[in-house]
Amino acid sequence: MAKPSLLPRALSVALALLLSPPLYAASDAEVAEIREQIRQIRESYEARLQALEQRLKDAEAARVKEATAAPAAAAAPLAAAAPISSPASGIAAFNPAISAVLQGRYANLSQDPEKFSIAGFAPGGDIGPGRRGFSLSESELAISANVDHLFAGNLIVSLTPENTVSVEEAYGVYTAAPYGLVPKFGRFFSGLGYMNEQHQHAWDFIDAPLAYQAFLGGQYGNDGLQVKWVAPIDQFLEFGAEVGNGDSFPGSARNKNGVGSGVVYAHTGGDIGASHSLRVGISYLQTRARDRDYSQLDRAGNDAQVGFNGTSHVAIADFIWKYAPNGNAQNTNFKLQGEYFWRRESGDFTYDVDGALGLTNTSAYTSRQTGWYLQGVYQFMPYWRAGVRYDRLDPGHVNYGANAAYLESPAFHPERYTLMVDYTPSEFSRVRLQWGQSKTQAGVTDNQLFLQYILTLGAHGAHKF
Amino acid sequence: MTSFKSWLLAVALGVWAAPALANLNVFATVPEWGALVEELGGDKVKVYTATNALQDPHHVEAKPSLIARARGADLVVATGAELEIGWLPLVTQQAGNPKVQAGKPGYFEAASFVTILDKPARLDRAEGDVHAAGDPHIQTDPRNIARVAGALSARLAELDPGNAAFYQTRYKAFADRWNAAIARWEKEAAPLRGVAILVQHKAFTYLIAWLGMKEVASLEPKPGVEPTIAHLSEVLETVQRQPVKMVIRAAYQSDRASQWIAERAKINVVVLPFTVGGDDAAKDLFGLFDDTVQRLLKGAQ
Repeated sequence: MAKPSLLPRALSVALALLLSPPLYAASDAEVAEIREQIRQIRESYEARLQALEQRLKDAEAARVKEATAAPAAAAAPLAAAAPISSPASGIAAFNPAISAVLQGRYANLSQDPEKFSIAGFAPGGDIGPGRRGFSLSESELAISANVDHLFAGNLIVSLTPENTVSVEEAYGVYTAAPYGLVPKFGRFFSGLGYMNEQHQHAWDFIDAPLAYQAFLGGQYGNDGLQVKWVAPIDQFLEFGAEVGNGDSFPGSARNKNGVGSGVVYAHTGGDIGASHSLRVGISYLQTRARDRDYSQLDRAGNDAQVGFNGTSHVAIADFIWKYAPNGNAQNTNFKLQGEYFWRRESGDFTYDVDGALGLTNTSAYTSRQTGWYLQGVYQFMPYWRAGVRYDRLDPGHVNYGANAAYLESPAFHPERYTLMVDYTPSEFSRVRLQWGQSKTQAGVTDNQLFLQYILTLGAHGAHKF
Repeated sequence: MTSFKSWLLAVALGVWAAPALANLNVFATVPEWGALVEELGGDKVKVYTATNALQDPHHVEAKPSLIARARGADLVVATGAELEIGWLPLVTQQAGNPKVQAGKPGYFEAASFVTILDKPARLDRAEGDVHAAGDPHIQTDPRNIARVAGALSARLAELDPGNAAFYQTRYKAFADRWNAAIARWEKEAAPLRGVAILVQHKAFTYLIAWLGMKEVASLEPKPGVEPTIAHLSEVLETVQRQPVKMVIRAAYQSDRASQWIAERAKINVVVLPFTVGGDDAAKDLFGLFDDTVQRLLKGAQ
């Protein structure tokens, strides 16, 4: 080991001898100059060393001072920047948040649910009280995670009791948008109204309000694009706009390019003191339907096939008010919510009957209809809540044009009274008993009794307002 | 029409003026961090505290007011350790404020700067409302506040470098006062060492560890599950074998269970402020621990 190192050393000595000026030839003046240079270098180095030593001393003193000042935070100055807890590791750490909702029910209905209809309102979507007896309700599987630094994704699949699978929501959110914009794309429940965005298991009653059933076919979902924006002020003010394919009721699939439906809405709200929170909103939906066919009894009592082609406009005003003493909803709380719907439809209406008449007639059509519900839910002690809801629809003005010869304009006002009690032993389970008296057709009263369970497992759900 | 116009004007002014106010808009999830930011930031910060001391910070909804405040925040100061898991992710997502999303400098989690106790060995909701990350109620030990203060001060300086020296000076001053106060509280609380107590909810792990008290039992059969008569009777039996001085609960919790056990076991009920604003004396962080220690000493008599 020593031998190889000798060679470079010997070489450098030889080089030095060859290159350096011969010392013996130096004059006194040169010697003095060299000494002076050495002295200067030494002084400058000493000064720098002293400065560095002083800095070291200062830093140490500061550390000691902080350490003594904060005996608890022994490594405080270092810990300040570095979090203590180590991040999760391993392949599974990247697994998305997964949750499942299990639901089932028992229904006792005095009227045949197969014959359910809302008199004066075109049927569409998923409406009615569901089947009698024991049954599963839809089971839901939700998967969500951040995709990368730009996107977050969410998939919610519904497994129906009939063993079919449907994609309830499957959307991406662009998380890096500027100006506070929150763009969302894919399939999602529209942000219109108050309840529409909530999944069925989060509702306070087992079924949707009649107005949702009559005007939106239960719940309005869409494949498309949504942009939401919250104003950068202390008062909550949110705007949203959506475009979609318009396949969902009250629209219908139309096999066309471009935008099939549009939604805009605005929400505002806030707190009043520590105990009250409020949100109000207005929404507007415009969509088109083609050959939205269904059957309807005509004046002669024939089961006629009717179809609508035209434009549908829906406007909704909604509010939700929540009260909890000092904002602590743990023991008791109360919430009151209501929504008012207007719908105007205009276009062509086709009347088609195979019976004795055997005729088909198409004529201009307009309708203006409204509906609303109001519900209150009171938690009277920990885990226990009771609720009451009233639904009412107004058939409004339906103008069948020339088809008025065969079809009668509706005059019946559908309504429903509902009571419920539920028990929520933890955030993850709920059992509910609900009783309702539903009058959706003239002279027909359906007494409905439901017993329902909702179990949530997996990732912690979000506490939506 | 005029009122609509003035409203529009107010909105326009608000949009224009909002970013021009205080240097840092801070959104604190719970009062203790709101108070700490005020100690460290002084008039350079504008603090909004999302919850009050009478609320259970776990059971909060993504209210419109919270979304609006998160929208304009430069910094969100949260406890973390899943305390706010039910609402904060939803609030920051809906607010559409990229500055305060998790992982960004504008998102601060206090729990990552302290040693978390009570990490569950078995992660199962059959064990109640367990937090996978451990007990998130870190603010009941003032030494944790000191640790968080250092990190939080550094974060304020990072976000507002122009005032870095100001934050450093304030932190130094706070740390000096705080450590002196800790020494005082520890001295005052010396008689509490080894004192056996009951807790209503397992929310005082850090306080108990700090003062060396002994938690004999919890009134809740499982964390987050309301006390039942059956479980309270068991606790009563335990207490008869193993005497305790008091039962402690947080200001936001119902008083029924602790009253029930106190009457039968002939012990004191001590209602602790739990956080800033939990009672009249807990006006700031110093008041919080002054009062906590005094109440415990009184309860131990």
